[in-house]
Amino acid sequence: MWCVARLEISRLFLSPFAWIMLALVQFLLAYMFLSHIEYFAQIQGQISAIPGAPGVTEMIIAPLLSNAALVLLLIAPFITMRAFADEHRNHSLPLLISAPLSASQIVLGKYLGYLGFFLLQLVLIALMPLSLLAGSAIDLYQFGVSMFGLFLLVASFLAAGIFLSSLTTQPIIAAVMTFCLLFLLWIIDFAAASAVSGQINWLAWLSLLGHFQPMLSGQINSVDLSFFALFCMVFILMTIRRLDAARLSL
Amino acid sequence: MTILLEAQNLSRYFGPNVAVQNIDITVKRGEILGFLGPNGAGKSTTMKMLSGNLAPDKGEIHINGFDLLSQPKQAKAQLGYLPENPPLYRELTVIEYLQHCARLNQLRGKQLKSAVATVIERCGLGDVQRRLIGQLSKGYQQRTGIAQAIVHNPAVVIFDEPTSGLDPLQIRQIRELIRELANEHSVILSTHILPEVEMLCDRVQIISKGQVMFADSLKALHQQRLNSSLKITLAAPPELNELQTLMNVSTVEAISANQFRIIYHPEQDPTENLIASAVSKHWQLQELVREQDSLEDIFMHLIKDDSPLAEVKN
Repeated sequence: MWCVARLEISRLFLSPFAWIMLALVQFLLAYMFLSHIEYFAQIQGQISAIPGAPGVTEMIIAPLLSNAALVLLLIAPFITMRAFADEHRNHSLPLLISAPLSASQIVLGKYLGYLGFFLLQLVLIALMPLSLLAGSAIDLYQFGVSMFGLFLLVASFLAAGIFLSSLTTQPIIAAVMTFCLLFLLWIIDFAAASAVSGQINWLAWLSLLGHFQPMLSGQINSVDLSFFALFCMVFILMTIRRLDAARLSL
Repeated sequence: MTILLEAQNLSRYFGPNVAVQNIDITVKRGEILGFLGPNGAGKSTTMKMLSGNLAPDKGEIHINGFDLLSQPKQAKAQLGYLPENPPLYRELTVIEYLQHCARLNQLRGKQLKSAVATVIERCGLGDVQRRLIGQLSKGYQQRTGIAQAIVHNPAVVIFDEPTSGLDPLQIRQIRELIRELANEHSVILSTHILPEVEMLCDRVQIISKGQVMFADSLKALHQQRLNSSLKITLAAPPELNELQTLMNVSTVEAISANQFRIIYHPEQDPTENLIASAVSKHWQLQELVREQDSLEDIFMHLIKDDSPLAEVKN
């Protein structure tokens, strides 16, 4: 399992793809980070008089991480499309299949590999809010919970992406499908919000955003944690089934 | 000799189409089995099944005593596989790639290093080991693919058309490499190139339309010859009838005024007779070439025939 993860990570970092992605995401988020700081510096004077006014954490870090979630939603499909669709096209999957590894080891290995890559991305993102410590106090607990939430969110993106990648032999189709699914799950909340109140709102429960938002404000709800855990597990299990089934039907 | 790979009654259907039906395969230690058939006969399907990439609809596969279906990990550890398209990662260098392959096959630490070093030397990859696989020529890529299949020192190595798309020199090198490998591993070689089988294999299995048409040693395949012939050139030829009446000659064809083809049964060789007559009767023999039914003819005969010519005997 770990050797598959290691293979995945080294393949990622040996192509310029991973580096460019890390750099561009960092650049985009740095720009947003700076504009949030600027905005905060402008209104700081006015809101400081109000008791219980939002501080640096609410005004800069929360929106930054919210933006980061959206950016990661955009790039995750391009990483996960490599998982199986690319291997199929490259004819390199037999290497893993003929190795003494089970399907779950292959899938989990790939998943962990990508998770490792995004962990690095998250560390890079976390450095920006942490740099605020030089000039201001921030709510480290809220920040920590938000980062944890972002991590769970990315873990869900990857699980869904890997599954969709195993369905097709065209990487681009895998990427587009992943993006559409994730985006749908992101905005499904909007429809839920406008639904007539009193109905059982299962659409809201499906929303990734709906489960991420509370974590941004520092809440850890067991319902959110179990949602993300279920989400990842379902997609990973489906990928394992799919890989096993490919042997039977190919 | 111990049997390293044994497959029984392998069948595989794609929807209503039969890809492979009731194929039995046995490979002993140190043996090269040639798996021969025209394109689309089910060679690759069989190779995929033997390597665990495709589950058979019926039948069993045992590799070094482990059942591929119920003990896949132990069985696959004994197996090296080079598919038709070598499973390479173009962005890795040769040495990095082989290290990952060894790691996937559970080699660690010192063992891994020495295994990779050995395989690089054996496959002649020393000069290119630090180059990216994507930049290598097809021949070196194919060698890297072979290296990948044998890095963990498996009992059985399966090659699916290892020489396709290579130039003659590369083909020769790869063949030499495969012959060398057979000293330590059992090799199954699928190919549609006859001379390759003739050069490399100890035993041949010919399949056509998913069924085994012939399975025996190469020697037995040669004995399948129906006729043999001699081509002679005589400067002062006699009448055709005179040639016809020579001992052991079954028919004579005149190719041109001076050239004749003399057809005989393989067991009754008229050569000596012919030369003696030619000398004593001053026919002025200029050329005598032994024309055997080529393997090609036998092959065509076998796969065209609807019923299997030879009983399947392993």
